[in-house]
Amino acid sequence: MPAPIRLRELIRTIRTARTQAEEREMIQKECAAIRSSFREEDNTYRCRNVAKLLYMHMLGYPAHFGQLECLKLIASQKFTDKRIGYLGAMLLLDERQDVHLLMTNCIKNDLNHSTQYVQGLALCTLGCMGSSEMCRDLAGEVEKLLKTSNSYLRKKAALCAVHVIRKVPELMEMFLPATKNLLSEKNHGVLHTSVVLLTEMCERSPDMLSHFRKLVPQLVRILKNLIMSGYSPEHDVSGISDPFLQVRILRLLRILGRSDDDSSEAMNDILAQVATNTETSKNVGNAILYETVLTIMDIKSESGLRVLAINILGRFLLNNDKNIRYVALTSLLKTVQTDHNAVQRHRSTIVDCLKDLDVSIKRRAMELSFALVNGNNIRGMMKELLYFLDSCDPEFKADCASGVFLAAEKYAPSKRWHIDTIMRVLTTSGSYVRDDSVPNLIQLITNSVEMHAYTVQRLYKALLDDISQQPLVQVSSWCIGEYGDLLVSGQCEEEEPIQVTEDEVLDVLEGLLVSNLSTPVTRGYSLTAIMKLSTRFSSVNRIKKVVSIYGSSIDVELQQRAVEYNAMFKKYDHMRPALLERMPIMEKSSSNGPTEMVQTNGETEPSALESKHPPPVTQPTNQANDLLDLLGGNDVGPVIQTSMPTKPPSSGGELLDLLGDLSLTGGPTSAPVSTGPPPQPGFLLDGLSSQNLFNDISAAGIPSMTAYNKNGLKIEFTFERATPNPNIAVITIHASNTTDADMTEFVFQAAVPKTFQLQLLSPSSNVVPALNQGTVTQVIRVLNPQKQQLRMRIKLTYSHKGSAVQDLAEVNNFPPQSWQ
Amino acid sequence: MMHFLLLFNRQSRLRLQKWFTPVSERYKRKVIRDMTMMVVGRPARSCNFLQWRDLKIVYKRYASLYFCVGMESEDNELLTLEVLHRYVEMLDKYFGNVCELDLIFNFEKAYYILDEFLMGGEVLETSKIDIGVAIEDADVLQETLEEYMSKPTY
Repeated sequence: MPAPIRLRELIRTIRTARTQAEEREMIQKECAAIRSSFREEDNTYRCRNVAKLLYMHMLGYPAHFGQLECLKLIASQKFTDKRIGYLGAMLLLDERQDVHLLMTNCIKNDLNHSTQYVQGLALCTLGCMGSSEMCRDLAGEVEKLLKTSNSYLRKKAALCAVHVIRKVPELMEMFLPATKNLLSEKNHGVLHTSVVLLTEMCERSPDMLSHFRKLVPQLVRILKNLIMSGYSPEHDVSGISDPFLQVRILRLLRILGRSDDDSSEAMNDILAQVATNTETSKNVGNAILYETVLTIMDIKSESGLRVLAINILGRFLLNNDKNIRYVALTSLLKTVQTDHNAVQRHRSTIVDCLKDLDVSIKRRAMELSFALVNGNNIRGMMKELLYFLDSCDPEFKADCASGVFLAAEKYAPSKRWHIDTIMRVLTTSGSYVRDDSVPNLIQLITNSVEMHAYTVQRLYKALLDDISQQPLVQVSSWCIGEYGDLLVSGQCEEEEPIQVTEDEVLDVLEGLLVSNLSTPVTRGYSLTAIMKLSTRFSSVNRIKKVVSIYGSSIDVELQQRAVEYNAMFKKYDHMRPALLERMPIMEKSSSNGPTEMVQTNGETEPSALESKHPPPVTQPTNQANDLLDLLGGNDVGPVIQTSMPTKPPSSGGELLDLLGDLSLTGGPTSAPVSTGPPPQPGFLLDGLSSQNLFNDISAAGIPSMTAYNKNGLKIEFTFERATPNPNIAVITIHASNTTDADMTEFVFQAAVPKTFQLQLLSPSSNVVPALNQGTVTQVIRVLNPQKQQLRMRIKLTYSHKGSAVQDLAEVNNFPPQSWQ
Repeated sequence: MMHFLLLFNRQSRLRLQKWFTPVSERYKRKVIRDMTMMVVGRPARSCNFLQWRDLKIVYKRYASLYFCVGMESEDNELLTLEVLHRYVEMLDKYFGNVCELDLIFNFEKAYYILDEFLMGGEVLETSKIDIGVAIEDADVLQETLEEYMSKPTY
């Protein structure tokens, strides 16, 4: 058999191929040749063949038949063979194939080879693609090499150890002794990889973290030497000595200083030094500054340092380099929760970034803008954000629209503004809004009683302009159905009333029914709207005709509705006015307890559907607050949903409460449910015996307690039990202030013993107003799987009359029901 | 840590692929497809950072090649740009005025140099000199063991 062609020849030949088909043909021919060569067990040319195979693999062709050949190459004595063999192993093999385990013995031998480059190859392969079994077998060898004095091997062993720990975290302790004097190395490669190893260990184990805290002074010293040292050609990057090592040390310092005051204090100086002395003209300096800022924000730094950090970010925002602006926006997003006011100062720059041409920057700026919206700047911000929504790419529209809705809901200065804003979103980006915005908007409109005339008029005008945006059309037709009488009578205080006749309105609605642009859902809305107008308008005959036409519609949904409406005209005509009367105010409820999306059918009987609105995507505080609204005053827990009488079915965003069926005989109760002694407890207990119900009902009786009462600050805990997990206790703290001065910068922190898990959600505000004028609430969720007695240590920090106050307290007087 | 490093040209031909986590062939193909589409389509003076699923993507264009890295959210993007630059510098020193053709015909050397610089998704060596020395020594080793006396071996 002639010698197989050389790699270079093959590459040259393949590159001359002019079409994909030609290339494929050449490759198939060569693969056949390689296969037969492999079959002949030819040692001399195996290396060459595998190299060619790897090239073809990179072009995208299958090369799995070369896997065993790679193993043979690794086992060979020649360095060239081993080199290609290990490369092939890393490219062709992965831990999901059992073949890779055959490598283990070869790697073990090579780890003990006399030539350091062979040892290096073995370490590299193990460190890149070693599976957990391989790592377990070879961890001892790696640990041995971690202690060698050969820096070439030591640095590779360190990163290999990192990989082993990632794969098999239990082996972490094995490497602990070897880390003793890693940081006293002079070699930068070893130093760098050691810092990576220490970082990995500290991130994975809190014990290791506390153990390595003592290294902080040493790390600070190394960093200082790097900054102060003179020019070193081999490590220099644009005048900065070894930026990679500097950044890694900063990152490790961040982890070590995170919740520890002493460590944070030890690093304050060096952080300030790095922050002020680093050259910012080149990217490398900014990389180090960026990491420094992240570290300052994350540890317990003093406020002067924090201000310095935010200022650096502010400077980044104004930088010409897009990368730096992007990085600044990302970091500000991380810090906006904790240092909200500081970030607010840069609001105008951030809003300007919305107009940047770069997609990545626009996205970050949008996210950050939404995070910065508050009650004070809502009008201005919303103007900018709506302008952004008009002109942005489609990929942003959905997120932006959701964000606008959320912000508007939280901070709307007036109902009219809220409705105007939502209308603006619907008219400009109507096709990108989420499905649940339609019911949310409907609820909002229903609740703003005084705006009904204005709203229906504006919606009608919008409908005349454009019927292609389905959410807008749906909301409009619903409103016209409800408030058509206001529209026709022309009574609108807010705006110039328009003159509309009943026929014109019906024309529009019928137009929706026949238009090709309308989806079936929209048609359903408009048919129902037409039906509702039968009690509000006088031209009933026309409506009767429309309804009877659709009694034979091909669309099953429309047909069913029409048939039932027809029945309402004929047999149930006496009930029609009651069924179609105005909707009452709806209570906002978030979904709790068992819920399901169910296709609504066209029933309109009064005792029928318990419907609920799906919760909007809210931030955790909102959800927690909704939870409170439901559970707070309500004795029976979240199972009782507000029931709504005759809501004409509008399919799409409706949820059906599974337990709603139970209230059928109980009759609809009008909202709000939280008042009055509910007769339901007995009723529900008779009904289902679901475990959940019992838990919920028993949760109701947990008394609240005073956790802390000192110096005028009183903190009360109220309890609920979160469903569906009965092990989670939801505690709400209410902080009130009886002194005559506000308590500002109020921060509440809590810690629980190891057997518990704690989640602290965002507080309602960080100012406790004086003289009990208001309270700060915050939700804590405690997971208590072992049902042990709940204990908690709390730490309070606040500013009072100009001085900072800090206090620690233990809370032990939890009522037994909260943890049993 | 970095999850992958890809080199491809404007015609989306892959020139180097290094994966630092074990992933399926399907995932690799998807990543390659998505990266080439996203990166090649970026306008000239845009930001070098993107978001893809839960990874940060950092890319830099050198002549006809795009160097593209996918990394975790805690990693420093600006530093990764420096990492890419260092790798290009190493290639340049080894090949002397490196161009895409060098990487096509000597792809295995590109991998060897990469393996001396990065390992397991992290930077292994920060000294320019040490990496060069290691590669040279290993090459010498290769040739004394090899019948063929001139570069390249194959």
